[in-house]
Amino acid sequence: MKENKKRYWKGLEQLANDPEFIKKNQNEFADYLPINSNKGNGGEGGPNRRDFLKMMGFGLAAASLAACEAPVKYAIPYLNKPIDVDPSLVNYYASTYAMEGGFCSIVVRNREGRPIKIEGNNFSNITRGGTSAQVEASVLDLYDNSRFRGPLISGEPAEWPEVDKGVMAGLERARNVKVVSNTVYSPSTKAAIEEFASRYNAEHIMYDAHSSYALIKAHEDTFSVPAIPSYDFTKADVIVSFGADFLGTWISPVEFNKQYAKTRKLGPEKRVMSRHYQFESVLTITGANADYRTPIRPSQEAEAVAALYKMIVQRDAGTAAAEFKYLEKAAKDLLKNRGRGLVVSSSNHIVVQRLVNAINVALDNYGRGKAVDITRPAFYRQGNDRQMTQFVAQAVAGEVDAVVFMDCNPVYDFAGGEALGEALRAGKIKTSVSTAMKMDETAALCTYIAPQHYYLEAWNDYEPRKNNFYVAQPTIRPLFLTRQVQESLLLWAGLPTVNYYDFMRARWKEAFFPLQTEIADFDLFWDAVLYTGVFIPGVPLDLDPKADLRYETAATVEDETGALTPIFSADTDADLAAVPRAVNVAPGQHELVIYEKVGIGTGRHAGNPWLQELPDPISRVTWDNYLTIPMALAKELGLEMEYNETKKVKLTVGDQTVVLPAVIQPGQAVGTVGIAMGYGRSNVGVVADKIGINAYPFIRIEEGVLKYFVPEGVKIEATDEHYALAQTQTHDTYMGRATVIQEATLQEYQQDPKAGRFEPMIATSEGPIAPDKLSLWDGHLYPNHHWAMVIDLNSCTGCNACVISCQTENNIPVVGRQEVLNRREMHWIRIDRYYSAKTEAEMNEMELNMLEDKQLELASANPDVVFQPMLCQHCNNAPCETVCPVAATTHSSEGLNMMTYNRCVGTRYCANNCPYKVRRFNWFKYHDNAEFADVNPAMNYDLGKMVLNPDVTVRARGVMEKCTFCVQRIQEGKLEAKRENRRPKDGEIITACAKACPADAIVFGDINNPDSQIVRLLKAEEQGRAYNVLTEIGTRPNIFYLTKIRNVDLDLEGEEVVTA
Amino acid sequence: MSFTGNIGPLLKRLAPAVLLLSVLLLCGMGAFAQTEESSQKEEEDDVVTASQSKDTDIEADQVPQEVSAEGAEIPQTEEIIAQGKQLFTGNCTVCHALNEVVVGPALAGIHERRPLPWIKAFIVNSQRVIQSGDAYAVNLFNTYNKTVMPSFNFSDEELTAIIAYLKYETENAAQGANEPAESVAGNQGEGAGQAGNEASAFLTTIVVALVVVLVLVLVVLILVSSVLLKYLSQRTDLDEEDKEIVNRQFSFGKLVKSRSFLGVLIFIFVAVAIKTGIDGLYSIGIQQGYQPEQPIAFSHKLHAGQYQINCNYCHTGVYKAKSANIPSVNICMNCHNTIKKDSPEIQKLYAAVETNTPIEWVRVHNLPDLAYFNHAQHVNVGGIECQTCHGPVQEMEVVYQHAELTMGWCINCHRETAVKTEDNDYYDKLVKLHNANTDEPMTVEDIGGLECAKCHY
Repeated sequence: MKENKKRYWKGLEQLANDPEFIKKNQNEFADYLPINSNKGNGGEGGPNRRDFLKMMGFGLAAASLAACEAPVKYAIPYLNKPIDVDPSLVNYYASTYAMEGGFCSIVVRNREGRPIKIEGNNFSNITRGGTSAQVEASVLDLYDNSRFRGPLISGEPAEWPEVDKGVMAGLERARNVKVVSNTVYSPSTKAAIEEFASRYNAEHIMYDAHSSYALIKAHEDTFSVPAIPSYDFTKADVIVSFGADFLGTWISPVEFNKQYAKTRKLGPEKRVMSRHYQFESVLTITGANADYRTPIRPSQEAEAVAALYKMIVQRDAGTAAAEFKYLEKAAKDLLKNRGRGLVVSSSNHIVVQRLVNAINVALDNYGRGKAVDITRPAFYRQGNDRQMTQFVAQAVAGEVDAVVFMDCNPVYDFAGGEALGEALRAGKIKTSVSTAMKMDETAALCTYIAPQHYYLEAWNDYEPRKNNFYVAQPTIRPLFLTRQVQESLLLWAGLPTVNYYDFMRARWKEAFFPLQTEIADFDLFWDAVLYTGVFIPGVPLDLDPKADLRYETAATVEDETGALTPIFSADTDADLAAVPRAVNVAPGQHELVIYEKVGIGTGRHAGNPWLQELPDPISRVTWDNYLTIPMALAKELGLEMEYNETKKVKLTVGDQTVVLPAVIQPGQAVGTVGIAMGYGRSNVGVVADKIGINAYPFIRIEEGVLKYFVPEGVKIEATDEHYALAQTQTHDTYMGRATVIQEATLQEYQQDPKAGRFEPMIATSEGPIAPDKLSLWDGHLYPNHHWAMVIDLNSCTGCNACVISCQTENNIPVVGRQEVLNRREMHWIRIDRYYSAKTEAEMNEMELNMLEDKQLELASANPDVVFQPMLCQHCNNAPCETVCPVAATTHSSEGLNMMTYNRCVGTRYCANNCPYKVRRFNWFKYHDNAEFADVNPAMNYDLGKMVLNPDVTVRARGVMEKCTFCVQRIQEGKLEAKRENRRPKDGEIITACAKACPADAIVFGDINNPDSQIVRLLKAEEQGRAYNVLTEIGTRPNIFYLTKIRNVDLDLEGEEVVTA
Repeated sequence: MSFTGNIGPLLKRLAPAVLLLSVLLLCGMGAFAQTEESSQKEEEDDVVTASQSKDTDIEADQVPQEVSAEGAEIPQTEEIIAQGKQLFTGNCTVCHALNEVVVGPALAGIHERRPLPWIKAFIVNSQRVIQSGDAYAVNLFNTYNKTVMPSFNFSDEELTAIIAYLKYETENAAQGANEPAESVAGNQGEGAGQAGNEASAFLTTIVVALVVVLVLVLVVLILVSSVLLKYLSQRTDLDEEDKEIVNRQFSFGKLVKSRSFLGVLIFIFVAVAIKTGIDGLYSIGIQQGYQPEQPIAFSHKLHAGQYQINCNYCHTGVYKAKSANIPSVNICMNCHNTIKKDSPEIQKLYAAVETNTPIEWVRVHNLPDLAYFNHAQHVNVGGIECQTCHGPVQEMEVVYQHAELTMGWCINCHRETAVKTEDNDYYDKLVKLHNANTDEPMTVEDIGGLECAKCHY
C-alpha cells in the first residue's frame, strides 16, 4: 500500500500554521459564554447575580402556580375536511421549479396543506430526482414576510379592479408596449403573453441575469437552431470546459451534476472514469472537481479555445500550446476519444461559442446518443442580450410608453439596469407594471405592482427540452391577495372570464393530449400527468422511475422519432481571425471576473437566509461577497488573512469605485480578481439589504452582448480597514489527523483498488490487528435494522444541496453573521473543502529551497480540491455517549446515535469528545427571539413558522444537537411497512441529504437487509475504496467514505507524464 | 418483692405492646386498601388480555376451509380475508358497518344480495352505476339521502378481498350465533380472570381475619389493664413508687414537652412535607382527570356507548396517521343533517357551517411537544384498544383524561405489552431471534421500545 503523502489544508492559515489558528483550534469552543450578552433573553440587559436570585424566587413561585393549572389548549378541526388532507399525514405533489430559467422537476412534501420541503422528482428524465441548494431553499421564500399582501399603486395598497383599470387605461393609450421577463419556457405562458401582445401590439423581451446569449446565437449561426443544445455528460469520456461552472451555476447544474456523477462512479465492474479539464479564472466547484485545472485570465479564454481548435483541426497551435498548461494534453485526449468528448464554454462571446461548436463538430461530438444534441434543443435559456439592450436604450430615449416587468428585476440584475432605473424614475415610461411577488429594485420604481403567485401557489407548464413537457401545480392556496401572472395578462388582454388553469388545460387538450394514444380520456390523462409531473410523448405515463429506465426510454423514443440532423455551417477561418486577443496584464494590472455563487446565484434568492448562511463551497464564506484575489496579489498589497480577519481593498473600475473585503483565494488565476453577483441589494427586506457589494454595474455591454469580465482599467488599492468575514472554513478542524481524506490516482486504483487507503494496524500480543477489530466494549446487537451510509468522495461535487435539504428537514436555525463569526453555525451536515498540493517529498530541489513564503504561494497557486460531507458518524463505539453525565446521548438498537434534547443539560462534554466535530450547541434561543427574528424568520414569525417540519422538535437554548440520520423519516418508513405487514423496501427509507444529492454520492440504507444497495456497495468496496474517517481511534462509524480518485497521468515520482 | 411491686413494670410493658398493636392494625388496614386496589387493576388487565386472546382464537381457528356454493368466485383464504379486513377498516368503516346502518347500508350479506361485478363497479365508481340507470343503485341512492359514495380506486384483487372479508364476517357471525366455539374461548378468558379473582379474595380474607384477631387482642389487653388498675387503686398498702404509678394522672403538658414526642412530631412533619413536595413535583403537568367543558355538549356515552359508532368513524386518522383527528363538522353532518336537527347543541353545528368558523374543541389529552406519539402505530399496528389509554370513553358523558400520560406510564406499558406480531411480516425475523433466547413473549421493550429516539426527535 502506498501511503498518501499529500498535505491537506482547509485554509491558508492552516497551511501556514498561523499561531492564531492553532490557538483557536485547540479549543472545541471558540469563545467563553457571553454572560452579558442579552441575546439569550431576547430582551434588554443581561441578568446579574441579584437578578438571578430574584428570578429564581419568582421562577419557583411561578412554577408552582403554573403547576396548578395548565393552559387550555384547543383542538380545532377543519370545518369541511378536504378528502385528501389528513392532519399529520404527508401529501406529495409533483411540480416544477423554473425560476429565471432554472429547471428542476420536484415533488413538494405537504403537511396539513402547507409545503414544508422540496424533493427531487424521480420521474423526471432531466433532473432525475436531484435538487440543488436553491431549489431546496425555495420553499422558505413562500413564507417570506416581505411578500406583497396585495396589489399596489404608486406604493399605496390598492384593490385589484383599480389596478386593472389603471393598467388597461395606460396600455390603451400606449403605442409602444413591452413585456419584459427572464426566460419563459412555458408553452401556455407564452400563449398567454401572445394573447396580450396581439391585443396591444406588444413585444416580449427575455433576458437572463447570467446570460447564455452567445451560446444560443452561435447555434443559430451554425445550425440555424436558435437554442442551446441538450448536453449529456454521461456520454463524455473527456470533458473540457472553458469557464463553464456546469456543476454549480451554468445553465442547468442539477441535470449536469446527475450526468457528470455517473461518469465519475467507480467500482469492481467499472474501473474507468471520465477525464475533466477545466480552464477558468475563479476557482469554482466545477474546477475543484476537474482532474486537470488550469487557471487562465478571462481575456485569454478566446485564444485558448482558438488554440484548441487549431490543435484539433489543424494539428498545430503554434506558440499557444505552451501558453496554456494541459491544453495540448486535452486536445490529445479529445482526439483519442473522438465522438465521446465534450467541449463547453461559458463565454458570452459569439465567436468563441461558434469555435466551440466547430470543435465539437470536428470531434464528432454532436448527434443522437452523443454528448451534445441540437436536435433536442433545451429551452431553459432564451435571454436575448441585444433585444434587452435595445429596450433599455429605447426606454432611456423615452420611446417606450408602457412596460410589464413579468417577475423580473432588470434594474438590479441587468448590466444596463441603472439607466433603466433612471428612465423609470424620470417617468419616461408612462405605464410601468411589475408582477414581482416582493419588493425589489424594479418594482420600487413601477407605478403598478400586480403581485403574482409564488410558484408553489400557481399552475403552469414547461417545456425545458423539445417535446418534454412538465407541469407545475399549486400546493397551497394563495397566501395573499396575489394573482397568477398569466391571468393578469389575459385579463389585460381583454379576456376577463378566462382563468389560467382552464386556459392551460384547453391548450393541453388541443396540443399535447393528441401526442399520445395511451389514455383516451383527457381527464384521466391530465390526472396521470399531474401525478408524475412529466409528459414525454411516446413514454408510458406510469413507467417506473427506477434505474434510469425512464430516461433511457425517453432517449430511445426520441431517437426513433428523431428529426433530421441539422447541418453545420460556419466560416471558421473568419472566426479564428476575429478571436479577440488576450490582454497582456502587466504587474499592477488586473482583470475583474464577475461570477455567480452556488447559493445566492444571480441575487433573486438574496432574501433567503438559508442561502445567505450557506457557506460558499469554495471560500466557505457566509453572508457576504468579497473580492477574491490570488496569493501573489495579496503579497503585493501586503495583505494577510488572519483567521477570518482580512482587510478591505479599494476596487476601481473605470469611474466606479467600491471598497470591499478581500479573500485570498487559492487557485485564483494570477492577474485576475473576482467578485460575485447577487449581493448589494436594496429595497428587498431585512435579510438581504446592505449585504455585500452589487457587482452588476461592472458587467460590460459590448455590441449589445453582456461580458462578465473587465479586461482593463481595474485598479486595486489596499486600505487599512479591517474586516471580519464570517468564514467557516477552518471551523471544526481536526488537528494533526492527516488521513481524513484518502485519495489515489486512477492508475493506482486500477492496479490496486485499495490505493490511497490508510490502514493502520495496532500491535497486540497476537500480532497486528485492525483498530476496528479491537475494542473495550462488547458492541451492540442490531437484530432489526442497522442503518448506515456510504459517501462517495469521487462523485460528491460539493454542490451543497444536502446542507439545505437537511436544514429544511430538521428545523435547523439560521444564526446570522455575527454568530457564524463566533463559530456557532448550526448546520448538521457540512461540506469540508480541503486543498492539497505537493508534499515535501514530492517537491523538487528547487522548490524545497524556496523561502517558506514562496512555498506557500506555490502551494496555493492551483491546489487540488476535495469535498467531504461531514455529519454525525453514528459511531458504534461513540465517544460522545460515554461522557454524557445524564445519558442524553445513547445508542439505539438500530445503530443510531440518539440525541435526547429534553434530557440534555448542556455540559457540552459530548462535543468536546467528538473526534469528528459534528455536534452543535444551541447557544441561544433562536426561536421566538427578537434578536434573531431578522435572520431566522422561519422560527420567529407566524408566517415563517409554517415551513417548520412538525415531526421534528425546535430545540431550546442550552441543548446539544446533531444529525439524527433523519430518525423521523426512519420511523415514518417503518410504520408504513408495519401497517402493510411487510419489511421496508430498500430505498423507501432515505435521509434528506441522500434524497437531495444530485450526484447520488450519498447512499443510505439498512445493512441488515442483504438486498439493499448499500450492502451491495459495501461488499464491492470492502476490499476497495471504503474507509472510515479516523479509523485508528476505533470509533467504528456507521458512515463509510469511498476514496477520491483522480484521473491524472502521474509517473511513479508523482510527476506529470508527458507523452508525445 | 411485693405483688404490686411487679404490677407497675407490667403495665409499663403493656403500654408499648398496645401502641405496637394499634400501629400494626393501622398498617394492616392500609395494606388491605392497597391490595384491593391492585387486585382491581389486575382484573382490568385480565379483561383486556382475555378479549385479545378471544380475537386471535377466532382468527386462528374459525377460518372455514370449504367454499360455499353460491360464493364460488369469492376466495376465502386467510390471507385474502386479512387483506380485506385491513382495507375495510381503513377505508369503509367511516360509512359502513356490517350489521347496522351508519351512513351507508349495513354490508352483512352483500355478496348474496348483489352480484360480484355489480359490487365492484359500485365501489369503484358509484355515480357511474347510478347514472347508468341501474334500478337497485338508484333506489339505494335515494334511500340514503342521495349521499354520494366516494370512488375508491381499488384493484380487482383488493375489491375481491374486501368482499371476501364481508362474506367471511357475515357467515362467521351467523355461525357464531349457533356455535358455542366463541363462548368456549370466552370461558377460557373468564376462567383466567376468575383465578385472579380467587387469589385476591383469599388474600382479603386473611387480612380481614388478621385484623379481627388483632382488634380482639387489643380489646382484651386494654380490659385486663383497666381491671388490674381498678383493683390496685382500692388497695392501701402500696408503697410510694407504686402509688405514683397507679394514681398517675395523664399529663398532657408533660407529654407535649417531652423530647421524644417532639422528636417524633418533627420527624413526621418533615417526612410528610417532603413526601407531599415530591408528589407535588411529580404531578406538575399531570392532568389526570382533566375534564374541561366543551363548546358542544357532545356525549361519547351516547355515540360510542349506546349507538356503538366505531371510533374510526369520527376519528378518521386513528388507523393511518399520527393524530386520530377531531372530526370536522362535515362528519357530524353525515348524520345530523337529518337526526335531531332542532336540538340546541346540534344547532351549534349549523351555526358553525353558516358562519364558516370551525369549532374550537378544548384539547383534553395534551402531550408535550417533545414527545412523539403516533396513533397508527399503537392502534393499527399494535392493536391496542382505544380504551387502554383513553379509559371507558363509551361511558363518558364528558370526556376526561383517564391515564396519567407521563413518560413513566408510557414506559411501563412498553415494558409490559407484548408486541402484536401475528400476520405481520415486519416482525418475523425479530420474533424468531427472540424466541431462540426466551419463552417470554416479546415486549415492546425487547425491540427497542425504551430507546429515547423512538419518541423524542
